[in-house]
Amino acid sequence: MTEKLYVSSSPHVLSSEDVPEIMRHVIYALIPTIGGAVYFFGLRALAVIVLCGAVAVITEAVILAVRKKKVSTIVDTSALLAGILFALTLPPSVSFGTAAIGAFIAVAVGKQVFGGFGQNIFNPALVGRAFLQAAFPVEMTTWVPPRVLQKVDAVSFATPLGGFKFSHLMTSHTSLFLGSVGGSLGETSALLIIIGGIYLLWRRYIDWRIPVSACASLVLLSAIFYLINPQKYPDPVFMLFAGGFMLGVWFMATDPVTSPVHPKAVWIYGAGIGFLVVIIRLFGGMPEGIMYSILFMNALSPMLERFTRPRMLGEER
Amino acid sequence: MIERALKGGVHPDECKLTAPSPIENFPCPERLYVPLQQHLGRKARPMVKKGDVVAKGQKIGEADGFISANIHSPVAGKVKSIDKVMLPNGVFDDAVVIDVDQESNSVAEPTWPLKPVDDLTPDDIRTIAREAGIVGLGGATFPTAVKLSPPENVKIDTLIINGAECEPYLTADHRLMLEHTDEVIRGAELVRRAVGAEKVFVGIEKNKPDAIKKFDSILKRKDGWEVVALKSVYPQGAEKNLIKVITGREVPVGGLPFSVNVAIQNVGTVYSLYRAASEGIPLIERVVTVSGDGVKKPGNFRIPFGVMAREVLEHCEARFGEIEKVIFGGPMMGMSIKGYDVPVIKSTSGILCFVKAVRREPYGCLNCGRCVEVCTLHIAPTRIVKLVRAAKWDEVKKAGIMNCMECGCCAYVCPSKIPLVQWIRYGKFMLRKMEAQR
Repeated sequence: MTEKLYVSSSPHVLSSEDVPEIMRHVIYALIPTIGGAVYFFGLRALAVIVLCGAVAVITEAVILAVRKKKVSTIVDTSALLAGILFALTLPPSVSFGTAAIGAFIAVAVGKQVFGGFGQNIFNPALVGRAFLQAAFPVEMTTWVPPRVLQKVDAVSFATPLGGFKFSHLMTSHTSLFLGSVGGSLGETSALLIIIGGIYLLWRRYIDWRIPVSACASLVLLSAIFYLINPQKYPDPVFMLFAGGFMLGVWFMATDPVTSPVHPKAVWIYGAGIGFLVVIIRLFGGMPEGIMYSILFMNALSPMLERFTRPRMLGEER
Repeated sequence: MIERALKGGVHPDECKLTAPSPIENFPCPERLYVPLQQHLGRKARPMVKKGDVVAKGQKIGEADGFISANIHSPVAGKVKSIDKVMLPNGVFDDAVVIDVDQESNSVAEPTWPLKPVDDLTPDDIRTIAREAGIVGLGGATFPTAVKLSPPENVKIDTLIINGAECEPYLTADHRLMLEHTDEVIRGAELVRRAVGAEKVFVGIEKNKPDAIKKFDSILKRKDGWEVVALKSVYPQGAEKNLIKVITGREVPVGGLPFSVNVAIQNVGTVYSLYRAASEGIPLIERVVTVSGDGVKKPGNFRIPFGVMAREVLEHCEARFGEIEKVIFGGPMMGMSIKGYDVPVIKSTSGILCFVKAVRREPYGCLNCGRCVEVCTLHIAPTRIVKLVRAAKWDEVKKAGIMNCMECGCCAYVCPSKIPLVQWIRYGKFMLRKMEAQR
């Protein structure tokens, strides 16, 4: 009697959770934010999101085929997620062409150039956005008011951060929290983002240390400046809910591929993002700094990891 | 009774299907294949040759050095040959093939003095452990005599009896604790005496409430003895983890439990030691859990060493044609065997048959950190594996790869299904090879 038995290295049981499942649930967590984008900026927002998602998936499939990799890994939906996240960082009035170029860059340069899934150093969505910011600066900084505020002057309309930086205009905390302000498609409503973020925390897909440390360092540092000169600097709550900070901290800084895993490194990484956002917003040439803060900390992440190896059980303290 | 819980680790489906099945004596087949390498350390030297008549319990393999163990014949019979058989790890090695004489009742005299157990001195107990071929039955099969001989300058204050049995499916220790509570406690008393410990803890996971209750009812009247009810988490039964959970002490990297004044023994081991001391029966059989969806009649069996897996599985009505995978040991750390002609040996805590083998289709590393979170030794598996794949051997070593016990938690949780343990084994192998060449 000869039988063929399957031989493999232990363990012989595996948890059911896998990468496609995680990616899918991150997309679910974005549903409130996507809904918000449509509510505030109309169906055109949905068109931009769908377009970016499609371009991202097609780009990934084509490059995988060219690289002679299994195209079937497209089902891990990480490209779709990158496309959607990228779309949510765009100004509502962005042209379809610009959006498509950015989505292509996000996946091609942000991800596949590094070797594909899990290999990229920088958050792909933000790489796409950084490219557009450099290539189409005017288009990327032209804002339209949300539909609930159609009465206001659309030509000189600014985001809360831009308004504060250039004209010293304050936006109410309530508007910031609910989202009836100008800004990128997915960044205006802190509430909707936090709902998704809590879902991610509950499913344990993101490291709680990242939002906690980033928010704490941002609030702490901006509180110091606010206390020094409340006329010149915005208050910490404004800083927390204005601009792309919430979207970036919950959905991009927490991207596991580009963030560290050793607990100490994670604390430094998150705190670094909060710190840099405050510095760029208050002293930089641009009103917002979340994108560069995350990209910068992404770059530092491997080094942080290297110097923060956890103490092994029984290793000398 | 006190309660404790391991931090980290995982909790796969327990699947302890055979927990209610009493231990049955396995009917002895006509021929046994008793390997000379059933333990950690050097292979025993054969003491018999073709044609020799052997008695039950007769020493047929002599320990070769300090880290080695004697091998005894589980039956009376005649040596047919000394032949190569496949061990659970896939390696072919020498085994004494014995044709069983079902008629004969001949039992060998023990090679150690039989005295009333209460009169045994620490040296007597060490002699018994050595002579009776007792090894750690929790899985590592480290010779027990060595573990009973702490260095002279070390004072052992605590003995831990390991009844955690945290591997899914396995219930052999559970049944032993239920059906042979007294013998286990008496065996533990022998170990306590041998190492001179004052305090004894019996650690049992809470998925065995009946065993906890039974031990507690006896031990609460015994000064210095205590049951520790452990929250069910894998790998709580790993030596270093159980010591940390129960005493709070951390065995230094590369050190032994002695270094923190602790001795630790599995319940099956102390039971076997007691039987050797009280009845003169060496280690010739053990309790094995046979389970999984590939067998129609799962159960817990007392099986003599040298019985082929095929015979065990025929007895348990295995679905031979449908089975894809057979594991010796538990699903987290056991070895999957290549064929059914592999004998039960001292390390065989279970034989598990599965109709469907789990297959991995790895994705790239998501860097999610789950492996770091669950690793109870805090060795950051993802980083080590990345270094192994990049062949950065100096850094691999510095990252602590040699400290890994291969419990499998990292590979179990990995959402990218990366065979982390396999990579770590490969890394260890390469480091050992390079060291040998130096």
